[in-house]
Amino acid sequence: MSEKPKLALYWAASCGGCEIAVLDLSEKILDVANAFDIVFWPVAMDFKTKDVEAMEDKSIDVCLFNGAIRTSDNEYMAKLLRQKSKVLVAFGSCSYGGGIPALANLKTLRGIMERVYLESPSTVNPEKIFPKTHYQVPEGEIELPELYEDVRTLPQTVDVEYFVPGCAPNPDRIWDVVQAVVSGALPPAGSVVGAFEKTVCDECHFNKEEKKVKKFVRPHQVIPDTNRCLLEQGILCLGVATRGGCGAKCTNVNMPCRGCYGPAEGVADQGAKFLSAVASMVDSQDEAEIKEILKGVVDPVGTAYRFHLAASLLHKARSQEIAGEKALAAAKH
Amino acid sequence: MSDNGFEPQIVGFLCRWCTYTGADLAGTSRIKYPPNVIPIKVMCSGRVDPSFVLKALADGADGVLISGCHPGDCHYSSGNYNALKRFHLLQSTLEQFGIEKERVKLTWVSASEGDLFASVVKDITATVSELGPLNWKSVASGVGEEKAS
Repeated sequence: MSEKPKLALYWAASCGGCEIAVLDLSEKILDVANAFDIVFWPVAMDFKTKDVEAMEDKSIDVCLFNGAIRTSDNEYMAKLLRQKSKVLVAFGSCSYGGGIPALANLKTLRGIMERVYLESPSTVNPEKIFPKTHYQVPEGEIELPELYEDVRTLPQTVDVEYFVPGCAPNPDRIWDVVQAVVSGALPPAGSVVGAFEKTVCDECHFNKEEKKVKKFVRPHQVIPDTNRCLLEQGILCLGVATRGGCGAKCTNVNMPCRGCYGPAEGVADQGAKFLSAVASMVDSQDEAEIKEILKGVVDPVGTAYRFHLAASLLHKARSQEIAGEKALAAAKH
Repeated sequence: MSDNGFEPQIVGFLCRWCTYTGADLAGTSRIKYPPNVIPIKVMCSGRVDPSFVLKALADGADGVLISGCHPGDCHYSSGNYNALKRFHLLQSTLEQFGIEKERVKLTWVSASEGDLFASVVKDITATVSELGPLNWKSVASGVGEEKAS
């Protein structure tokens, strides 16, 4: 057997973008293949779960795990790979903070199922058929993973050594992580790697002056001044509350930061920090005018917690208070 | 204390210059008011980050009171205006999380208004008693527990 360290990559509730980000290393991917023995990577190579189950405990040196924990299968694989890996890395926003899938935490599971299988305009389902976890067919019983009530992060499910934020992680930062693993120069367990300590503003090229805003606008409503901080122009840019490391790719093309790199060092709740900053920018001392200006922030939770809702202080919305929920409960026989 | 026997736990972030001193005055004046607000002295209501409020609610508080100097009276000139702005954005955030916005209250109580402080506490205690327990731990149940290693 080779002496190379063993690398595993896995995806749970994710879109596949993190896998593409690894491939975005371009020709350096060959160096990764030279440096590591890739023992599990379902997206690129033919391995099965039973191959992982057959491995000795702690025989994988590094496992890059992307995707949130949404189903019983995600949870099983997270626990299995934890058992088999020396170093488990929460790779990408979904794994680290819940990511886009965790916005489902603003709804109930039942609400989502009814929306998808009954209410959506493209659905025809007069018999009200819902997916089942177990179903009997002539050939035997077939099984689907159970969909959980809420979306969780990888560190909320198993212990994790490192966190690599980003939707998707910047290939340059992935390369930093690969080099750190190869050289053994890894920081203490529990650290965020492949990102910086300062916020995105530190990397952003826009001129930043005083932040005073009379009106908030959405990106499609204005053509921004390309020399000036987007937030100062009233566009909700999460750069102020987001960890840097991405290279400020979004603001480089005049689009606001959406916060995928998660909270800055030492911050518990990225969304609260962002909303705090946004509110204090409001240029008024009149209560009625303040309320009017803040109406421009149309979806505070969806904006400020877009990528880190599962890891936030509140984690999810309270189900019985969700609009329509009571009506649905009453309608149910 | 409400009819249903539920004693809410309310965290109070009180500005050091006005409301905390007002609370002291309520005490030295021997004004009776419910014991449900747990006061935390902050230098300014503008120091109250929304994450303080969310953490209090997530960790078991049923309500949060933020109280500072009257508009125009802030020791740091405009800290209470920042509190006011954050409060209004926080209210819409709480609603999206399914938390009744009445659970979090912002008031202005000066150092000379011990009686007003007592009535503010009575008010929020009654409101939160009416709403019942928040019990956020049961909402986000099991998060951060039962990990495999």
